Amino acid sequence: MKAIVCVKQVPDTQGKVAVKPDGTMDRAAMATITNPDDLNAVEAALQLKDETGCEVVVVTMGPPPAEGMLRELIARGADRGVLVSGREFGGSDTFATSQILAAAVNKIGVGPEDIVFCGRQAIDGDTAQVGPQIAEKLHLPQVTYVTDIKKDGNNVIVKRQLEDGYMELKVQTPCLLTCIKELNTPRYMSVSGIFECFDKPIDVFDYNALKDDPLIETDTIGLKGSPTNVYKSFAPPVKGAGMMVESAAQLVGMLNDKHLI
Amino acid sequence: MDFTLSKQQQMVQKMYKEFAENEVKPLAKQVDAEEYFPIENVKKMSKLGMMGIYFPKEVGGAGGDVLSYVMAVEEMSKVCGTTGVIISAHTSLCAAPIYENGTPEQKAKYLPKLCSGEWIGAFGLTEPGAGTDAQGQQTFAVDEGDHWKLNGSKIFITNAGYANVFIIIAVTGFITDRRGRKQKEISAFIVERTDPGFKVGKPEDKMGIRGSSTCELIMEDCIIPKDRLLGVKGKGFQLAMATLDGGRIGIAAQALGIAEGALDETVAYVKERKQFGRSIAAFQNTQFELAEMKARVEAAKYLVYRAALKKQEAMNGAKVRYSVEAAEAKLIASRTASDVTRRCLQLFGGYGYTRDYPIERIMLDAKITEIYEGTSEVQMMVISGAMLK
Amino acid sequence: MAEFNAMDTAAFKGVWVFCEQREGQMQTISYQLLSEGRKLANDLGVELCGVVMGSELNEDYIKALGGYGADRVYYIDSPLLKDYTTDGYAKALCDLVMDKKPEIVLIGATNLGRDLGPRCAARLHTGLTADCTHLDVDVEKYKDFLRTTSNIDVDNTKFEENTNLKMTRPAFGGHLMATIICPRFRPQMSTVRPGVMQTQPYDEAGAAKVVIEKITPELTADDIHVEILDIKKSAKKLVDLIGADVVVSVGRGISSDVEEGIALAEELAGVLGGVVGASRAVTDEGWLSADHQVGQTGKTVHPRIYVALGISGAIQHVAGMQDSETIIAINKNESAPIFDVASYGIVGDLYKVVPELIKEIRAAKSAQ
Repeated sequence: MKAIVCVKQVPDTQGKVAVKPDGTMDRAAMATITNPDDLNAVEAALQLKDETGCEVVVVTMGPPPAEGMLRELIARGADRGVLVSGREFGGSDTFATSQILAAAVNKIGVGPEDIVFCGRQAIDGDTAQVGPQIAEKLHLPQVTYVTDIKKDGNNVIVKRQLEDGYMELKVQTPCLLTCIKELNTPRYMSVSGIFECFDKPIDVFDYNALKDDPLIETDTIGLKGSPTNVYKSFAPPVKGAGMMVESAAQLVGMLNDKHLI
Repeated sequence: MDFTLSKQQQMVQKMYKEFAENEVKPLAKQVDAEEYFPIENVKKMSKLGMMGIYFPKEVGGAGGDVLSYVMAVEEMSKVCGTTGVIISAHTSLCAAPIYENGTPEQKAKYLPKLCSGEWIGAFGLTEPGAGTDAQGQQTFAVDEGDHWKLNGSKIFITNAGYANVFIIIAVTGFITDRRGRKQKEISAFIVERTDPGFKVGKPEDKMGIRGSSTCELIMEDCIIPKDRLLGVKGKGFQLAMATLDGGRIGIAAQALGIAEGALDETVAYVKERKQFGRSIAAFQNTQFELAEMKARVEAAKYLVYRAALKKQEAMNGAKVRYSVEAAEAKLIASRTASDVTRRCLQLFGGYGYTRDYPIERIMLDAKITEIYEGTSEVQMMVISGAMLK
Repeated sequence: MAEFNAMDTAAFKGVWVFCEQREGQMQTISYQLLSEGRKLANDLGVELCGVVMGSELNEDYIKALGGYGADRVYYIDSPLLKDYTTDGYAKALCDLVMDKKPEIVLIGATNLGRDLGPRCAARLHTGLTADCTHLDVDVEKYKDFLRTTSNIDVDNTKFEENTNLKMTRPAFGGHLMATIICPRFRPQMSTVRPGVMQTQPYDEAGAAKVVIEKITPELTADDIHVEILDIKKSAKKLVDLIGADVVVSVGRGISSDVEEGIALAEELAGVLGGVVGASRAVTDEGWLSADHQVGQTGKTVHPRIYVALGISGAIQHVAGMQDSETIIAINKNESAPIFDVASYGIVGDLYKVVPELIKEIRAAKSAQ
């Protein structure tokens, strides 16, 4: 049994955001972190490992430095990593990305008892699309917004968050679950994990390793092949600064004058 | 000397910072105000391997290195001096002497439990009438055939209230030295909390590191098995001094962390606090104070790291001593901590004197680093002793 | 079923809105999307269709979709579609799309819509743009939009003249706006977050003339691999930020006394007739539950009055509240970016300012 976790390295948009003169994000100048929801996905897989002894494989698509993130996830307890990396993959939209990741997961191999975990969404794009799209490509049942997981033989009982409550669902393995922060609290790397993680295997899947997979359509990957393209990008509008007032009394007076209260 | 951190050291440092920020810092105020021993964080640190960082996997350790251990004490102390010393006393003063001097059976019995944090360790040398002064020791251990019987008491024992295992220094007899004087023969023992006749006294009410459990140990006809003698009979004082060499690196790291933590708080504060229409960071006095403090802290850091690397050489099997390096690191780092925290509080002004801000706690925590595990004066004796030899 | 080829763009016509119902109740996002879809359909000169799935739904709800702009409603009726399942809904929607070939499909970015949309887009072999905040097909209208919201020199920029759907959304936590197109594949799909689009007034005539086509899907229980065991409403009433007239949000500034900070916000919200929201920092810390979160990854609100207490104004928060009519910010740091978007700002300690504010508002109200 395996838990395969798809993770993404993202710019830390909570910290300082660097913007290039042309208005696009300067990723190179920004600190990178493991996408927060993905850490919940990794934790879910590690809890499954604690319970069942299953193997945990972390897979990411990104430039070569993303290997560092995989090492850190191994230091948290994952068994091995897969880095999907190639110039041909660069600039992929969610459709293209999910195709490549689905092929990578396919190459790792999804067994009858396996579970593929993803974070709900990445903080750089906030789309929440890649998980469900991987599931579709792999013909796996999916549950998104998962807040609780219980393994029950060949089934998994999960709670799926709704805006005003939750659904309890039973899903057969193999399946794909997208995880949110309410699911768990990610563990830290351990000291021994850190001192071992550089000895654990990380496989690199490049374009040649994946191009013959039936899930890959070579004309819909990368920047050129992606179905969606950026038409224009621009800085968001900023409201003109308002006025500073000295006291609560003065503010209430102004609000009163404008019939706001 | 190369202080470049390895990939592993960078990674542990990152983990320590996250852990300190998320787990340790939120508790620091309560730890101080309520003299609260942060047991849940000790358990969390145990799970992460932080209670046996530099011991090899074979004895249950995390397989890390001495600098990774020093950085753990440093990072925890940045946000909570109490948490820093818990790791330090446990690791340097209890696990280390067992690792370095224990029989295979003793190592097998104690190290896995200490490294996993299942047991907490402590070290008992200081007595009401004796600290560094070996001949002043009043705790006696008598060989009664199939067991030792201990009588006496120890004071100011860090971690005592929560420790399961204690390294106890005691007098095992008398010898005549080369000049014909009668001298006490000193040996080291491993005592367990549950041993009959062993008692932990009441905790001290302290100025700083208020959450750390500092108590008296009382041994009244305390019976321990024969195999609890640690190291060679009669070499207990040397064992204690060697143990303190390692301990001083831990305390130096604690002092370093306290000073760095004070600077972090102060830098944030001076950017926020406004006087005369400007943030106080804009005043040159603030800038010069910060600059000098920063430079001093960096200098202390290199002394501490150098001592850690020297101890690492010893761990790797080289026949080296690191007494002087440890003493220099502790002397400078602890003075820096006291000096920097006092000056940082001054930059905070009136707010710094209130408990709304952490700087008064940090200042009070700093002072102990000049006192325990050998006062600054003792460190100077060690350093000058080597110079004038 | 007709041959389906997502690249045969000329074969696709019409604007569709997926109208989400839960437990037989139409979700308000459906009306917002129909209102927006109506504009797009008018610009294209095509039909606007709503797609509803469910079982034994109240016909009045379905007719009402016409009142919000739908010319036609496809009502896919099956006991297997009573409650949402990814497998059932994705198959029913995709089969219908493959059959009817709409050029645009809009889906609400609810927890369910964000589950359904990507699954369908992958199956239909087309692109999907998530969480759009603005949609255009007409180039001139898009240019007008850019004139008011961007610093792009519109008149000296070349725009391709076509009716591709231009889907604008925030990216990188709101630091950047991007307009996305999907030129080679159809349908063009996008999700839109609740509260972003305005609902147009209900039109009786539209409701009267809407054409309802009931469809029985080719769906069997074997198509559905997930079994619903239970659906529970949360015991605690979730805060209705989107519909609120006044939102009083708290940020990291309440860290020195969380309980007191929240109590003050609740009291202020009480006197103003509003609800309490929060920045991401507050919900991440667990001081308030996630449903309080305003911002890029939380909810988008545009109340009449938005009060930000101890919120620095990280762009990801601002993205969710900047369209509020009046923004009041209270923060002790005078250089906090929240003051850049505030209509009124007070530099001060919220624990001191808010009680005064409550007192003053009470006094003002009793004088009215």
